[in-house]
Amino acid sequence: MTALPWWRDSRKVGWLVQAAVGLGLLLVVALLLSNLEHNLTRAGLRLTLGWLNQPAGFDIAETLLPYRASDSYGRALLAGLVNTLRVVGIGLVLATGLGVVAGAASFSTNPLLRGLSRTYVEVVRNIPLLLQLVFWYFAVFLTLPPANQALQLPGLQLAKSGVYLLGARLVNGELVGGWRLSLELAALLTGLVIYSAAFIAEVVRGGIASVPKGQWEAAESLGLKPLATLRLVVLPQALRVIVPGLNSQYISLAKNSSLAVAIGYPDLYAVAETTLNQTGRGIEVFLLLMAVYLGLDLCISVLMNGLERLVSLKDR
Amino acid sequence: MRSFSRTPAALLLGLLFGLGGCAGGQDQGPGAGRLAAIKARGTLSCGVDGKLPGFSYQDSDGKYVGIDVDVCRALAAALFNDPNKVEYRELTSSERFTALASGEVDVLSRNSTRTLSRDASGGNGLEFAPTIYYDGQGVMVPVASGITSLKQLAGKTICTENGTTTELNLADRFREQAIPYTPVKYQTGDQTYAAYLQGRCAAVTSDRSQLAAKKTSFPDPAAHTLLPDVLSKEPLGPVTVNNDSGLSDALRWVLFATMQAEESGITSKNIKEKLAFAKANPNQADLRRFLGVEGELGQQLGLPADFVPRIIASVGNYGEIYSRNVGSESKLKLDRGLNRSYKDGGLIYSPPFR
Amino acid sequence: MSRPSLQSWRRQLFGSVPDTLLSLGLGALLVWAAWGFLHWAFGQAQWLVLRANAATLTIGRYPEAQEWRLWLLLGLLVSLTGLSWGLLRGRATAAGWPLNDRIAAGLLSLLTLVVPPLLAFGGLNQLRLLFLLGLLLLLRGLAGRWLAHRWGQRLAQSWPLVWAGAYLLGLWLIGGGLGLTPVRPSDWGGLMFTLLITSLTLLLALPLGVLLALGRRSELPLLRWVSVAYIEVIRGAPLITLLFLGQNLVGFLLPGGLAPDRVWRAAAVLTGFAAAYVAEAVRGGLNAVPRGQLEASRSLGLSTAHTLGLVVLPQALKVALPALVGQCIALLQDTTLLSIIGLFDLLGIARSVLANPDWLGRYAEVYLLLAVLYWCSCSALSLGSRALEQRLSSSNLRPAHR
Repeated sequence: MTALPWWRDSRKVGWLVQAAVGLGLLLVVALLLSNLEHNLTRAGLRLTLGWLNQPAGFDIAETLLPYRASDSYGRALLAGLVNTLRVVGIGLVLATGLGVVAGAASFSTNPLLRGLSRTYVEVVRNIPLLLQLVFWYFAVFLTLPPANQALQLPGLQLAKSGVYLLGARLVNGELVGGWRLSLELAALLTGLVIYSAAFIAEVVRGGIASVPKGQWEAAESLGLKPLATLRLVVLPQALRVIVPGLNSQYISLAKNSSLAVAIGYPDLYAVAETTLNQTGRGIEVFLLLMAVYLGLDLCISVLMNGLERLVSLKDR
Repeated sequence: MRSFSRTPAALLLGLLFGLGGCAGGQDQGPGAGRLAAIKARGTLSCGVDGKLPGFSYQDSDGKYVGIDVDVCRALAAALFNDPNKVEYRELTSSERFTALASGEVDVLSRNSTRTLSRDASGGNGLEFAPTIYYDGQGVMVPVASGITSLKQLAGKTICTENGTTTELNLADRFREQAIPYTPVKYQTGDQTYAAYLQGRCAAVTSDRSQLAAKKTSFPDPAAHTLLPDVLSKEPLGPVTVNNDSGLSDALRWVLFATMQAEESGITSKNIKEKLAFAKANPNQADLRRFLGVEGELGQQLGLPADFVPRIIASVGNYGEIYSRNVGSESKLKLDRGLNRSYKDGGLIYSPPFR
Repeated sequence: MSRPSLQSWRRQLFGSVPDTLLSLGLGALLVWAAWGFLHWAFGQAQWLVLRANAATLTIGRYPEAQEWRLWLLLGLLVSLTGLSWGLLRGRATAAGWPLNDRIAAGLLSLLTLVVPPLLAFGGLNQLRLLFLLGLLLLLRGLAGRWLAHRWGQRLAQSWPLVWAGAYLLGLWLIGGGLGLTPVRPSDWGGLMFTLLITSLTLLLALPLGVLLALGRRSELPLLRWVSVAYIEVIRGAPLITLLFLGQNLVGFLLPGGLAPDRVWRAAAVLTGFAAAYVAEAVRGGLNAVPRGQLEASRSLGLSTAHTLGLVVLPQALKVALPALVGQCIALLQDTTLLSIIGLFDLLGIARSVLANPDWLGRYAEVYLLLAVLYWCSCSALSLGSRALEQRLSSSNLRPAHR
């Protein structure tokens, strides 16, 4: 048997190709970096993170983390991150709730409820989130009446000065007490939750559909009511399909929260934009942003993978 | 799976080398001889606001007009003898400096306030041209609110644009006077004023000239008023990147030329006569130097000898630019105030052309 | 399909006490919502903002003197659509149009007759639209009757090439140059811009995504790592940070003056972003192709390229089709983010219209129109994909669980 020529030997070719790709990549990266270095020196800039300790000097509309204008840029960015986490946290819970209800409702025996659930999913999924956000903010929340004519819903008051939960009272023409959400946060949450829940509803629907019909019938013959069947028999089994699907929806929600910048809510991206403009540190701020969002996604993935293991263990 | 590997590898490879070839062009940073690069390109790229009446906005024909635009037009006239050889790029306040530093635009002419940290190489690393509009920060409120002083804004919401000196001054002034307030910040002026008009905030703050300019476009301008307080000094001017004195010197003296022309009484209407007069009278040394009839002032800047007549003929002197865009001949009718020539007690002053 | 009788409806809606309560509650809610909407639409809404800005929303700030080029382009697209329609559907039935085609033609005619007057298009433009409708139906009829039978087979093979040519021609008509007055990309806008950038990005992202998916499954570790790293980093970052990178930071990474127009840079970022998602969709399809297929084609002596191009990819893409269409829809929606970085896509131009104090507060009217437009486009895409899926479902491949 004669030896193969080298170009027919797939192992050798493989290594050659890799070497070439590696070299090419190195070349590109080196070129980009040298350009970067060159351009930065020209402009008299240096990559550093020292500015993070400088006083920021700007205020942020609302922060969970105590923050004042005299605090550092680092703390301002942290306050922005906490604001992002707040939206993502509340958004995840509400969107999951609404999504599960809408997903389950598409299996209802009542045609009205079924139709409503399908219409909701089909309408909301096919309209861009950013459009929905600016609609909620500019066309709905900014047109609310002033505080003394606030819209009254059970446990909820809507006015131009904010959305008040749990019984705010009118004192001197202003609403006080209760739990106040700013209009920006309220609009962002409304838009994000309604949009994400439509996708979650589809995931839930797929999960429930994957449970064999026999399970429903068996539960029924045991005398369980439909809602109890859903809760005790179907959902626990559907979870195995639902949880992996939820993972990517949750990551989408976290990333989509950055659209807050379009409606004036001071999330991480908005604070980063202010910071980078006041400091001129475009590259550093961009790298920080990427790292934080990747970390956030990673956290969600790890949590969801843990949950996935939990639900699949139950099976055995 | 072995068979999957080779074809995509080859394709990826080609792609990467293609990219490498693109990136390996001439070694020239955004600052390296920018002036030469602009001349070679044949157009000037200018970053503007684009939505601010009086400073830079599109008129009904879609043409950009305003003081900030005239800065770009003047430089283009000096370079190419054609004020229209400018590519405008609209920038938000929060992206403007990054766009300039990364070489997106040659000149940033977007009502930017000169501050130490923006100028210093340890800060934003920018190079400020002479101030073309001395301004101060103001606060606008609806007349109906009955608010007449800053103190009355305690506990209220104030709208402002993201990434401006305005938000910093606002924080400083209200902190000094211990007035609590909530800032709501938007990415663009459009959103800021829309939110203000929809009643999201009790007041909106910005440069006084900008507030006055925006007010003229409100549905009912008389329903809004500027508080008497001036929160800060806002010297506005165009900007270039640091370490490129070729471009920044040219821009600086193009602007001084418009100011000197006003001091010398040269306007777009009489420039031809003045030029003829200078050519005919060898004794008019100052005028002859200024208009490029003798000496090599233009050459020293890397500009044509007749750059001053080109500028004045196409955009006029500083006084003409002011009154056409924001002064008596415009809708805004802003008083010249500090922006009078030093001869009339203002701050507009050109160093000598010699 | 049997129609549910009145009785079964009644049973489903009012079968039990909880059902009855639910139905009544929901019914009341729906009536209330519909009443509220009608009250707003005919009482408070001021639709003038749409009439006054219909042209701006459609083509942005495209120079008026050059608008004829867009009409020409529309005419070209309409002709090609008519011909393709006839070729695709004409063969199915020799005599007469199928029912679906008649419905589609009827709907189109109705839209062309009703919408332009509502938006107060000029008389000339209304005539042009009517002419285009006539052209569409005529070509559909002719192509279905004559072309489909004689040259159907042959034309069908070269048809993608015709469309590709038309696409390039369209780009030329819009952008100018080579004899036409150039119109800079920053002057393109509105619906036209959204459709253009979506289609362009899509066409570029598909091949790039396939390459990445193949790279991710490659046996060569370096290729695999690079592909995985690219896909995961891109999918982990919000699009808006990447767009910002493309708009304002790219200048730092390239030699001076080399960065192309910002529209192209935005398109490049969108392409790179979409490619990572396309790669994941294609990977799902690749996983579904049985190993046996590979081994079989190898034993037939096919080269790697042929194995991939003729055996593996066609099957994988077929399986990945629903996911790919999902990505198309996502991409169309993602183009709205261009408005945040100051480009005039449909949403961007709408926001700039709304910034005009003349139209202060007319958000609901404009955004509602946009919602309808986006909804129709996205729904059309998913309907189309479902139809295509049914046509292709000859094979029983399913996406494997990951």
